[in-house]
Amino acid sequence: MPLSSRDVLSLREMPIADINLILETAESLREILDRPIKKVPTLRGKTVVTFFAEASTRTRTSFELAAKYMSADTVSISTSTSALTKGESLKDTAYTLEAMGGDCLIMRHGVSGSCHFLARLLESPVINAGDGTHEHPTQGLLDMLTIRRHKGTVEGLRVAIVGDVFHSRVARSNMWGLTKAGASVAVAAPATLLPDGLSELGIDAYTSVEDAVQDADVVMVLRLQRERQAKGLLPSLREYARLYCVNARRLALAKPDALLLHPGPMNRGIEISSEVADGAQSVILEQVTNGVAVRMAILYLLLGGAAE
Amino acid sequence: MASQIKALIMDREAIRRALFRIAHEIIERNQGVDELVLVGVRRRGVPLAARLQAIIQEIEGRVVPMGILDITLYRDDLTTRRDQPLVRSTEVPFAIQGRTVVLVDDVLYTGRTVRAALDALMDLGRPQSIQLAVLVDRGHRELPVRADYVGKNVPTSRREIISVRLSEIDDQDAVVIEQSNGHDLEVGA
Amino acid sequence: MTLLIKGGKLLDPASGTISPGDVLCRDGKIVALGPDAANMAAHEAEVLDATGQIVTPGLIDMHVHLRDPGQEYKEDIISGTRAAAAGGFTTIACMPNTAPVIDHAAMVSFVRERAASSGLVNVLPYGSISKNLAGAELAEIGDMVVAGAAGFSDDGKPVTNGELMRNALRYAKMYGRPVIAHSEDMHLAEDGHMHYGTWSNVLGVRGIPAVAEAGMIARDCMLAELTGGCLHVAHVSTELSLSVISWARSRGVKVSCEVTPHHLTLTDELVSLTGYHTNTKVNPPLRSASDVEAMLAGLCDGSIEVIASDHAPHSLDDKDVEYNFAANGIIGLETTVPVLLTKLVIPGAVDLPTVIRALTLGPARVLGLETKGRLAVGMDADLTLLDLEHRWVIDPAKFQSKSRNTPFAGWEVQGRAAATIVGGRVVQTGGQIRV
Repeated sequence: MPLSSRDVLSLREMPIADINLILETAESLREILDRPIKKVPTLRGKTVVTFFAEASTRTRTSFELAAKYMSADTVSISTSTSALTKGESLKDTAYTLEAMGGDCLIMRHGVSGSCHFLARLLESPVINAGDGTHEHPTQGLLDMLTIRRHKGTVEGLRVAIVGDVFHSRVARSNMWGLTKAGASVAVAAPATLLPDGLSELGIDAYTSVEDAVQDADVVMVLRLQRERQAKGLLPSLREYARLYCVNARRLALAKPDALLLHPGPMNRGIEISSEVADGAQSVILEQVTNGVAVRMAILYLLLGGAAE
Repeated sequence: MASQIKALIMDREAIRRALFRIAHEIIERNQGVDELVLVGVRRRGVPLAARLQAIIQEIEGRVVPMGILDITLYRDDLTTRRDQPLVRSTEVPFAIQGRTVVLVDDVLYTGRTVRAALDALMDLGRPQSIQLAVLVDRGHRELPVRADYVGKNVPTSRREIISVRLSEIDDQDAVVIEQSNGHDLEVGA
Repeated sequence: MTLLIKGGKLLDPASGTISPGDVLCRDGKIVALGPDAANMAAHEAEVLDATGQIVTPGLIDMHVHLRDPGQEYKEDIISGTRAAAAGGFTTIACMPNTAPVIDHAAMVSFVRERAASSGLVNVLPYGSISKNLAGAELAEIGDMVVAGAAGFSDDGKPVTNGELMRNALRYAKMYGRPVIAHSEDMHLAEDGHMHYGTWSNVLGVRGIPAVAEAGMIARDCMLAELTGGCLHVAHVSTELSLSVISWARSRGVKVSCEVTPHHLTLTDELVSLTGYHTNTKVNPPLRSASDVEAMLAGLCDGSIEVIASDHAPHSLDDKDVEYNFAANGIIGLETTVPVLLTKLVIPGAVDLPTVIRALTLGPARVLGLETKGRLAVGMDADLTLLDLEHRWVIDPAKFQSKSRNTPFAGWEVQGRAAATIVGGRVVQTGGQIRV
């Protein structure tokens, strides 16, 4: 098997060789999305199950399309984490799906480590589509692919991540993936949304956006969840927007050819201004396309070969 | 995989002459190069297609569009191979709708690669017709596939391996037969 | 009934010395000790060969959850006492957070009678501080003392109401019984599932900071100062907590504390290394490497007087779920001795007498057990024989306990309790229970 692990659970644990293989394969597969007939027969007869215990339209759809473009069959299950605790357990649900012939399980779940839990139990591959606040590895990979396609390489770049780093699995995956690939990463957030100990992990932490984006090659903006204000971590969305919104003035402090990324969906006017979101430096829509390519690549690498 | 060179089938000159002849045959058969496109099958079909493109340009004074086809995703042996092949990109940046596609590959063997290439081409559009040009036809077809243009027919046994070396990729131009010790019979083209 | 333990090396936790000698027990008491003890034995005495083994006072685990009554699927008094015997423990004290709660005399009596009928090890029940563990009203402490309660605790939960804790300390002081504090600030700890630190940030798990424990310990110590009560802090796990206890002692506060074997040997990094395995999930959580170092130092310098396992059985259904939903707890009766010997004593991090003192004299003093925890003529004939050479692999499938939730599963260890003697009767040898 080309990847060193049967599962895709986290970028922190993924060797750089695997990351590069996925990105290279994704580059090759991306062209399929431009064809009039977006279909290759490679995964015909394979069944991919997406199991989303947390609401998500974009990631789920992206995975489903990736599977379908590769001719795999898909099954989509949405539930809520509370239904899992009250009804059939996660363990039993996963076993049942595997027993029905599912070849691969893609899961999003509100509890960190839940994909590790299933990967231990199942024979078939588990792909982490976001577990709690731990990681969202496919998002990290598609962000890296987007950067690579524009800049040629991630190595040596300065990447600034702005937003609720504390609660963000996207931030974590990107921090580990980018630093592994040789980028230097800075983050900016209000102190209540910034985890401790980042500098020991090689990340520069700032409470000022201006400081973080200075001369950055890439600016990545994270979505602010409105619940953070309800939980007392922020005084108001208004203040957050005034001090942290990535707008034209702040983006101008980065390099003139800096890329602007956002995992979506955007809260326009809160963490990101429409002007830059729709502006020339924005590659937000490319991220979406690259996301399908990355997911196709992962499915190919996990399911395309001989059964172990 | 242990193997030794048993015989040299074509040397540099022989390859050059064969390609020269194939180029002429392509032009003659299609009465010119209108609506003609070349598509090289990765990996060694690509430099061969490029060479054909160059020769045709010398003869007709026109550049025939050339594309690159990666057939990994269409192989019928993916689930049985021990090692999973790396996917490379397909680059066919022109429409093939209604045109004559000349597929170019180095060796025609079982015919499975050509079948995969036909499927891949069909997913890119609907050509008027597809023709096949190969440098070497070594027989042992497992599917009803035939080449329209052949550099050289080389009868072989299944234990033998035909190795096409091209200077764009390898360090020489040659077609050799290698004798495998039987461990890894290459799944055929 | 006479028992002669012959040929071993006697470890006296009071003096810290180890010297060759025999032990003669009669009618449940130690009647002779030392090189001449064998001479006093009548020829019909049962002889237990302790050649090459260390003879210590019977080990005492003063923090055990037996889950009986109410959650017998996890453990019950019978299986728990079997586990204790297998692990070398002659006395265990069990927490009252059962269903129903041990908050009145009849429940205390139930536990004592049930344990006595199983005839294995001594079981001392704790009573709860508050009725039904609700944290509101004082439970019938006096009546429970009469029924035999060894101390009082709402363990599993903290006593959030400071006034209630104050009253509990004052009331229990009348009977000379300790109040065992599970010190935890529930708001700081809310929704936390592991230690707050670098690892919780990396793993995306909400963490419980050290102050959630240390802050409450400070309050409890100050209440002990105010009331003059006997306070024992359960499962200390952080350097910050030890500093607070040290400061309180410098003010003259009478407070004792205990540490678990897992807080002496495992760190929060284990959550990452095991891929979020729920056998690492425990309250207080596994802490940082510097906290573990502080616990070891505290054990060595005597600021931590007791090692107690906080044996917390849970079934597979309680544990084999997503990390956030898994029950907190690690079993310990059958792993304490081999883990401490392998990780502390044999590598020379902590000497054997110190470890044994924390498992014998330390808890005996806290609980006021005058006739236990000491190797001396007249003491109860509760003894443990330790084999420091035996190499084996911890296999939970072979445990006497009903539960299997231990992070030490599969560990290659050296050392075990080769025999357990309670009241002069051999209840366990070589891993086999003798009823």
